[in-house]
Amino acid sequence: MTAITRTYQVPGNDFARAGEASGHIKRILKELGFSPEMIRRVAITTYEAEINMVIHAGGGTVTATISPQAVAVVFEDHGPGIPDLELAMQAGWSTAPQNIRDLGFGAGMGLPNIQKYSDVFEIKTAVGQGTTLSVTIFAEGKEPI
Amino acid sequence: MNAGYESIYLDETQCVGCTTCMQRCPTQAIRVRDGKAVIIRDRCVVCGECIHVCPHHAMKAKVDSLDEVLGQHKYTIALPAPSLYGQFPGIHTRAPILEGLCRIGFDQVFEVAEAAEAMSAVIHRELRSGSIPHPIITTACPVILRVVRIRFPSLLPHLLNYRSPMEIAARWSKRLAAEKTGLALEDIGCVFISPCPAKCASAKAPLGTLKAALTGIVSIAEVAPRLSAVIGDLDDHEREAHSGPMGIGWAMSGGQSTAVMEPNHLAASGMENIIRILEALENGKLSNVDLVELNACYPGCVGGALTVENPFIAKARILRLMRHIGPVLPSGGCPTDDMRWEKKPEASHALRLDPDLSRAMEMMEEIRELTGTLRGMDCGACGSPTCRAFAEDVVSGRTELKNCVFLSRAPEGDAPSGKKG
Repeated sequence: MTAITRTYQVPGNDFARAGEASGHIKRILKELGFSPEMIRRVAITTYEAEINMVIHAGGGTVTATISPQAVAVVFEDHGPGIPDLELAMQAGWSTAPQNIRDLGFGAGMGLPNIQKYSDVFEIKTAVGQGTTLSVTIFAEGKEPI
Repeated sequence: MNAGYESIYLDETQCVGCTTCMQRCPTQAIRVRDGKAVIIRDRCVVCGECIHVCPHHAMKAKVDSLDEVLGQHKYTIALPAPSLYGQFPGIHTRAPILEGLCRIGFDQVFEVAEAAEAMSAVIHRELRSGSIPHPIITTACPVILRVVRIRFPSLLPHLLNYRSPMEIAARWSKRLAAEKTGLALEDIGCVFISPCPAKCASAKAPLGTLKAALTGIVSIAEVAPRLSAVIGDLDDHEREAHSGPMGIGWAMSGGQSTAVMEPNHLAASGMENIIRILEALENGKLSNVDLVELNACYPGCVGGALTVENPFIAKARILRLMRHIGPVLPSGGCPTDDMRWEKKPEASHALRLDPDLSRAMEMMEEIRELTGTLRGMDCGACGSPTCRAFAEDVVSGRTELKNCVFLSRAPEGDAPSGKKG
């Protein structure tokens, strides 16, 4: 078998369900027997990206493609887009309102962490149209965390 | 190194195959086959939930019997867990309990709380040394190491790599007793009085220690009635105790964090809660916390499956006891240089579908396909805890499709998930 594909619909602003898609992906990887180090990197990147969709974009679609060599995950939303991507990539910068921060989210480490822990990181965004984030984590990728 | 040490076993004469334990097992480690519960050993974390919930008392902890351990060595030391102190009404000091243990046959008593207290000071320094990545996860509850090995192996480096307080107490007291009596170490027995089955597994098949100093484990449930019979007359006894309040506090969730003086901690107890916390840690959350104290039982060891008193009543008694402890003189000679694990626990592969990744991927797709044809009621009548688990068991060859009551009853041509009318 060459690849397994899973698609998840993530509802916006539902913090009780936030993390279900990334949790499911993580569970699959454990059952397939990927290394703990790789699973940790997938866990961090997919959880952060899923939370971003919930907070900023009113939800979206997560598509994970798992092959023996890598996990590729695409996060697609039709939210407001990111006006200044360079700024959003800076550690600690966040547009999350106070009520979201009070829940423990929105510390401004989302995108920088996703980039840090993934092997391939691509983001396309258009204001008023939405954002598509693609990350790939190789089974034999970066050094352990 | 065997996490599946059989410290929980089934009394087949009592089991009616009702599926209660299977439905409640937090790691889905139980199936019902041929009308009896079966434990999948390499998935069992020995939390004791099945012992708690079995309405027929068929799930039991494999512990030593008191009479057995008292006859095995020339000299036998009782090592009471701090949770023992909360089991008796009307007892306001530890003296009657400690003296009572000697009256029922032990030669000496050494409080595990004293070892916990000595460890607290060492762990306090460890937290500031930076040798373990933060947040550091506590391991005094032996279930935690087992859960992390099986479900969260990426968190293994965060575990506090220290022996359990009961093992430290055994090493410490055995050495002191050898000096005092002149006996050889192998003639001295060290028996832990345990609130839970996990501590039994940890003593009999330790994951971080090569050779345990503990020689036996008895349950609080067996010891408490015998102690009750003698402690009534010991109310005014003035037997010396050596642990201060901090070590005793380890019996409750949050007690260890307080004892090691780490204000930036998080303490969680109960299997469902600790699994959620471990999920969050794996996702890179809680990075601002320095110490994560986890206990499988709620609200800490006082809630262990081998205790007799209601956990909250026991907790209230212990807190009262802690408030009334005067100055104590520790035994001295604590083996502070011998507290760490001497081997690193490895990741377990208990969740892996197949060692061959391609085969595992094929199985994953077969499981998904099969799950889609099932009712999704998770009724458990097939002997697997959920429809998803049933599908996995079928694909792995552990059960047969005909065991699904809906599939086997559906008339030909009728889709099993379809509603009539």
